[in-house]
Amino acid sequence: MKETALSSQDTSLPDPRAAESAQIEATPQGAALAGALTVRSLPGILPQLEQLDDADLQLDLSALEQIDTAGAYALLRLRKRLGAQGHALSFTDVRPDHDALIARVAQSLPKPDAPEAPARDLMESFAWLGKKVVELGRFMGDLHGMLGLFLARLVTVIRRPSEFRLTALVHHCDQVGLKAVPIVALMGFLIGIVLAFQGSVQLRQFGAEIFVVDLIAISILRELGILLTAIIVAGRTASSYTAAIGSMKMREEIDAMRTLAIDPALALFVPRILALLIVLPILGMVASLTGLIGGALMSWIELGISPGMFVSRLLDDTSLDHVLVGFVKAPVFALIIGVIGCHAGMQVGGNAESLGSQTSSAVVRAIFMVIVVNALFSVFFAIMGI
Amino acid sequence: MAEPVIELRGIVNQFGSHRVHDNLDLDVHRGEVLGVVGGSGTGKSVLLRTIAGLRPPQGGSIRIFGQDALNCPESTRRAIDMRMGVMFQDGALFSSLTVRENVEVPLRNLGGLAAGMRRELADLKIAMSGLPYFAGDKYPSELSGGMRKRAGLARALALDPEIVFLDEPTAGLDPIGASAFDELIKALSDTLGLTVFLVTHDLDTLHATCDRIAVLAEKRVMYTGTMQDMLHIEHPWVHEYFHGPRARAAIETLERNA
Repeated sequence: MKETALSSQDTSLPDPRAAESAQIEATPQGAALAGALTVRSLPGILPQLEQLDDADLQLDLSALEQIDTAGAYALLRLRKRLGAQGHALSFTDVRPDHDALIARVAQSLPKPDAPEAPARDLMESFAWLGKKVVELGRFMGDLHGMLGLFLARLVTVIRRPSEFRLTALVHHCDQVGLKAVPIVALMGFLIGIVLAFQGSVQLRQFGAEIFVVDLIAISILRELGILLTAIIVAGRTASSYTAAIGSMKMREEIDAMRTLAIDPALALFVPRILALLIVLPILGMVASLTGLIGGALMSWIELGISPGMFVSRLLDDTSLDHVLVGFVKAPVFALIIGVIGCHAGMQVGGNAESLGSQTSSAVVRAIFMVIVVNALFSVFFAIMGI
Repeated sequence: MAEPVIELRGIVNQFGSHRVHDNLDLDVHRGEVLGVVGGSGTGKSVLLRTIAGLRPPQGGSIRIFGQDALNCPESTRRAIDMRMGVMFQDGALFSSLTVRENVEVPLRNLGGLAAGMRRELADLKIAMSGLPYFAGDKYPSELSGGMRKRAGLARALALDPEIVFLDEPTAGLDPIGASAFDELIKALSDTLGLTVFLVTHDLDTLHATCDRIAVLAEKRVMYTGTMQDMLHIEHPWVHEYFHGPRARAAIETLERNA
């Protein structure tokens, strides 16, 4: 082994990974350490120290050029291990500065707390399950609380319009609505194309190509247009609401608002949720329209149904009920997305970690709830016969 | 006097057209605790970041451990960095890791140590920074400001660096916590032979820990010297700083305790 002397006065720079090393040699009295016993040389020397076993030992440290806290700890650890076997380890010819360091480390050795026994029995599993159920119940309660708060503040705003922040509302409408138009339009267009294409392949087998218009119109107007728009908006907007409100919460800006007698619900939640309520139906309409255009285009190319025929078939055969059924859901989805986004923002704690986890869970919850509520609507309309 | 471990010559730091440092010279000697003081905006933290390699200066030279730290291969700079530790103002702990895992990060980066030993060494550093054992299992967000600072110090000390940079170590601590931190710095620098570069506003810390004080003013290091030297400097800002009501209170406290 190459010995690299690295005294504390030496200012040459060795490669941090390899250059420092320590050697241990057997001597008549016991053993002698030489070199540098540091955190860098420790991986090399530690196996040899581990082999010292079952004997009283005198360790000669006179040739030791450098020692750091990690090295001192390794020596103390060796002494403790030998002590447990009933043997003594003594250090001889220690340089005074090394001695002081070893003493300092010995003095501040960590005192581990007794580890708690992790008992996981059946009762604990039940307790865990119960806790989760209660948490879920509390969470649903919180969401309703948030909805109630929004409605109450909405009433306040209606009674005292001067407190309403119109600028904020317009800003959020722009962020949530106008900027989402391209993606929503493109999505609707592509869905229309896919429906027409798949529908034409199937319906052609029966010679019922013309019904592709009904297929596209009903599925897009009734379900897909608004549902897919809501899912995109949930991904786009719920996350941005949570991130914006959450970062304000994290930096105590919300607390600052409260101390300045500004109501966070009035200033933050009302414009955001109201903006969603306004723009989500419009976005749904954009998606439905581009969906119909995409469907008409594909029907023309694939089945030779001219746009004129498409429109007349659409106007004659499709009942307005489908449109109403579709758009009655939009405000409900808007409320779900807005309330979940704002609520998750308020749950953010003091660190960036919780901001990230709340943002992603807000998106997941919002999308999930939108799909669940859409299914409930379908069942409801089916029972009502609409 | 011990040889200098950090030599700054003609450092220029500039933000746009605003010059923070102009032709700044400073030596830091081995084993000393150097306190850097200066009014707000005199670039104390910028100086710290410049030496720690976080911000290349627009001009001048930096020699650390006798090596040119600016125009050197990346491996040399890395080797220098591994011999220095930085404690940031609020600890700058990784928020997704527990305190123990935070301290283990540099050890893991070094490579070669078994997981068990790494954990024990991390526990040792946590204990040496004056934190209770259970703090190792906590996440940074669960700790108080003072404990976060100690955890930041534990991480800075993980590889037994020769130089530690402390950015406002006592800012935001209560007086008891602050003086405990002062004692910790003093004790660590005495027993571990640490060189400490300390940026502070706290006069008590200057009194209690610093061997030498460097005053930043007029874009350079105007004066260096011991606390006693500082008391006899005529420069209006320095005089105001070391003779103001807070300074007198700090001196009186020190004399009472002495």
